[in-house]
Amino acid sequence: MRTIAEINEKIRKGQAVVVTAEEVIEVVRSKGIERAAREIDVVTTGTFGPMCSSGVFLNLGHSKPRIKLGGGTAYLNGVPAYTGLAAVDVYLGATALPDDDPRNHDHPGDFAYGGGHVIEELVAGKEVHFVGTAYGTDCYPRRRIETTIRLQEINEATLFNPRNAYQNYNVAVNLSDRTIYTYMGVLKPRLGNANYCSAGQLSPLLNDPHYEAIGIGTRIFLGGGIGYIAWWGTQHNPSVPRKDGLPKRPAGTLAVIGDLKGMSPEWLRGVSMWGYGVSLAVGIGVPIPILSEEILRYTAVSDDEIFAPVVDYSRAYPEREPEVLGEVSYAELRSGRIRVMGKEVPTGALSSYAKAGEIAQVLKGWIQRGEFFLTEAVAPIPGEEAGISFKPLDEKGGH
Amino acid sequence: MQVSRRIVLHFPASLTGQPIVYRLARDYGLEFNIIKASVSPEEEGLMVLEVRGDEQGVEAGMKYLSEKGVMIEPFSQRVVLREERCIHCGLCVGLCPVGAFRMEPDTYYIRFEEERCLACGLCIKACPPRAMEVGL
Repeated sequence: MRTIAEINEKIRKGQAVVVTAEEVIEVVRSKGIERAAREIDVVTTGTFGPMCSSGVFLNLGHSKPRIKLGGGTAYLNGVPAYTGLAAVDVYLGATALPDDDPRNHDHPGDFAYGGGHVIEELVAGKEVHFVGTAYGTDCYPRRRIETTIRLQEINEATLFNPRNAYQNYNVAVNLSDRTIYTYMGVLKPRLGNANYCSAGQLSPLLNDPHYEAIGIGTRIFLGGGIGYIAWWGTQHNPSVPRKDGLPKRPAGTLAVIGDLKGMSPEWLRGVSMWGYGVSLAVGIGVPIPILSEEILRYTAVSDDEIFAPVVDYSRAYPEREPEVLGEVSYAELRSGRIRVMGKEVPTGALSSYAKAGEIAQVLKGWIQRGEFFLTEAVAPIPGEEAGISFKPLDEKGGH
Repeated sequence: MQVSRRIVLHFPASLTGQPIVYRLARDYGLEFNIIKASVSPEEEGLMVLEVRGDEQGVEAGMKYLSEKGVMIEPFSQRVVLREERCIHCGLCVGLCPVGAFRMEPDTYYIRFEEERCLACGLCIKACPPRAMEVGL
């Protein structure tokens, strides 16, 4: 039908036809698949929600005299970063907490500040307090350093998120008699509310369910700047049950990478999950090149065709029981009420549909203005045929 | 020593039919003013109370309520939205006991209707980007 090189030529000439994954639904309804596939070059997707497996590699630069943080410690605004790397490379994870944070000592804990918030402040250009300690060597004699850093003053700041952009997700409810505080938000007792976390019809991997149009090396919108799909994400599980190709359970994931210096605090936001911990809300937008009618047909998926499992987070989830209370569509979820076990339950979302739509529009604008070109994938993301199984951790006896 | 406290009580659905507040008076000798209340059958109840009594009685009454499964929070006069922090996720929509948040049907942006808010404060810590705060 068309190649990525041909699409890029049209982008260069300002002639590419780009629509969002929301707009494409109406285009396909009115024009039909065949005609729409002839006309549309790219469909843009978006998602913006808490993604805990996120973090940033920082190279802080060498002090005089030098210090080797590897094997020592590094704290940014009081939040510990991982130092098990070369002298001044550290990795600051989104869920890291200050050593003196009370955590859930007084349950439910507040979790006001952590790694995700430091990343937001770095990307906002704010001054961040840095304390490092080391054991000292002949070549790196220094034992302690305390100073401030800013994003633009350090060498590299590479956002590298091992698992983002989940393809579908659970709807969390609470069947117990007490309020519970989870990574899916506060859940009131006896089906008091239901929380979901996907942009549904706008979500990247729900628009390319078999990973045919995107792959490793695909250039994307990441945190307001440019990023790439680096690999498939951790816990990537394409083998879940599907209906019309669409996974009915949490399935594929993406590992993504990009230069933090080009990103924006509007699209990387530190978040606090009451009683659970801290995280980072990440904005991601993936362009889907329309290389075939089949690829376009999948981008035209709408919320009433995508189903998510309802899971009890008071027992089934923590006990790793496979029990699912039912399946509901994203159209039902976004209506504000779903029915679970005969009861009407109000819904809330962790993933911002409005912001996902904004991301798809921003990416569309970049492509239309010739500021963003598509890349060929250099290797595929494993699909159902790869036979990946989702492995549990079962404890072995005798230890 | 006599003390007075303004509190917000969240009743789970299982307790809304029980005479809990009455027992505060009978068993703990507390006086109370109901400032605001919203309780409906089969749903969670919400009550803003001013409780007065001797310090021990107030403490014991609060302990009784917690043991019964009532969530107690201090009463704040007003809760406000810091627009610049809101990421329009909508976690508050399903959580707010009085429906003060809604997702706009066409755009899916979240709107806070302060006139419906009872200032129970549940959203303050539940909001992931902490966009809700006690107003002055």
